[in-house]
Amino acid sequence: MTAMDLLLWSRGPGLGIAAAIFLFGMVLRLFEIYSLGRKADLAPARPDSPGSGWRTMFTRSIPDAGEFRRAAVVMTAGYIFHAGLFIVLLFLLPHIALFDSIFGISWPSLPTPVIDLITVVTIIALLVTLLHRLMDPVRRFLSGFGDYLAWTVTFLPLITGYMAYHHLLLDYTLILAIHILSVELLLVVFPFTKLMHMFSLFISRWYNGEWFGHKGVAS
Amino acid sequence: MSATLEKGINALRENLDAPIASYFSSCVRCGMCAEACLFFTETRDPQYTPIHKLEPMRRLWEQEYTLIGKVKKWLGLSKPITDGELEAWSPLVYDSCTQCGRCSLVCPVGNDITYMIRKMREGMAAAGHAPKGVVDAVKRTITLGSPMGVKLKALEAQIRDQEAETGLSIPIDVAGAEYMALLSSMEIMNFPEYLGSLARIFNKAGVSWTLSSEAFEATNSGIQIGVADLAREILMRIVTAAEKLEVKKVISPECGHAFTALRWEGPNLIGRPYGFEVVHILELLDQLRSEGLLKTAGKETVALTFHDPCQIVRRGGVVAQPRRLLGDIAENFHEMEDHGIWNWCCGGGGGVSANERAEKLQLTAFKRKQAQLEKLDVDTMVTACANCRIVLEEGLEHYHMDIRLVGLTEMIAAHLEE
Repeated sequence: MTAMDLLLWSRGPGLGIAAAIFLFGMVLRLFEIYSLGRKADLAPARPDSPGSGWRTMFTRSIPDAGEFRRAAVVMTAGYIFHAGLFIVLLFLLPHIALFDSIFGISWPSLPTPVIDLITVVTIIALLVTLLHRLMDPVRRFLSGFGDYLAWTVTFLPLITGYMAYHHLLLDYTLILAIHILSVELLLVVFPFTKLMHMFSLFISRWYNGEWFGHKGVAS
Repeated sequence: MSATLEKGINALRENLDAPIASYFSSCVRCGMCAEACLFFTETRDPQYTPIHKLEPMRRLWEQEYTLIGKVKKWLGLSKPITDGELEAWSPLVYDSCTQCGRCSLVCPVGNDITYMIRKMREGMAAAGHAPKGVVDAVKRTITLGSPMGVKLKALEAQIRDQEAETGLSIPIDVAGAEYMALLSSMEIMNFPEYLGSLARIFNKAGVSWTLSSEAFEATNSGIQIGVADLAREILMRIVTAAEKLEVKKVISPECGHAFTALRWEGPNLIGRPYGFEVVHILELLDQLRSEGLLKTAGKETVALTFHDPCQIVRRGGVVAQPRRLLGDIAENFHEMEDHGIWNWCCGGGGGVSANERAEKLQLTAFKRKQAQLEKLDVDTMVTACANCRIVLEEGLEHYHMDIRLVGLTEMIAAHLEE
């Protein structure tokens, strides 16, 4: 199998299989969550916080100042790598071209040198989170295989994308194939690891915000 | 009630719901809840990270309610929950959590960790791993009527004392009164002036009220230990008495967990709405104030601060009321750095103060309050929860801090316009 064969497989059947597993997994996980149901709350709600759940979906992204100081590393590195991942995913020209070819929609891209810089910053931020996870007593204590797996599959698309763009180490066709395969790996493990939080956090924030809002505590 | 691992696991299963499944699915092990928990910040011990306190429940959920968990279990990668494991978790679930709810407000993915601890305790208690101190408090509540073993006779003695003190009569078992007031054991035994204060304030404001000889105790250890059946039984006494006396409203005492039990858990425990409304005493005082029925005179001049009881403020939504009330009677009021919904717990809520095993840890956790107070340099700390007050008193004494503690209701009563 040549590098070109691998590239063709990754762009064709590979992508199809990964997308199918991702979609099946997402539907399954959402079913696993919602099918458990919950009891209606019979305690009369305070009237002053309607829509608290919906608001909390967004407001929870803004940390309390005191808590920010107490968890500065997690928060700073966390914000940077999340923002970086989304910018690189959504605003690199070849990515937009891919979305266009699949979904038929496109939008303006960011200049490649800007994306390049953001990629480097994101890689650094992810390395910081890994080091922090390995070295900080709380993070190390809480972490297991799943946490390192999730980190790895998030990191691989970034580093391979960077290598492909700069033609580093490996043949371009091969590294591009590896880059696409790494994204497919991400898609496959996504629903079954903590990466799921990208979607489920909105469910969690809604429940949390409704609970607090029920009691009249603004979210 | 014989406790077994099987019963514990069944209780956990019954309590697992969609919010919990979502919370466990969302946790990214960022560890930010650790910094929100005073048991971690004052010990720096990672085992006190709030989400870790739920690990056995998380594994049970994963093994039984997710495909990946079932596969892991089948492959032998995920071990079944053992009795020894639950026993080992007992200090984490009971001693190092006051259900203060701060972690639930901090979690970036929105996990309500406190909600899960409450449910986890149902499993722990059913498996026989609740701490002895809290188990005994529940037994006393069921057999004697109150967690501290306070009987009607003791209340009657305090009523006579307070009547002599105030020169007012304290109504008991008056059918058709608008309000039925409840007390916590600690108020009856340690702070009976709370009762006298109610008499003074209600007399001035013309509030029609009564106590009940059948249900005067509001604290609910059934909730603290996590046994819904017992919590329901304890609560039903209040519901029965209030509906018998046909009162319109029941007044929760200052005690924070009593308010949570009555206001938020109660209707869910008994499976129907009440035939009356529940108000916290601070809500009622604030309402009387806004209606012009509560008039005060004179202001405290000493530097003072307010300790927010978690269940009244963060978990109860009574945030602005104590500040408005204090504004009338204190001219030198200072907020702590983290106050209101961001307050730090006294360290003894959620059954911790009834749990002898947690005594040392509770005093260590008090260092958080100590640090907050040292930044302020105040002479007086006002609070609105008898349990907070006892715990704070112990802490202040232990750390040789010279700060006077006062209950807000009493302070208001002392400033009533003549």
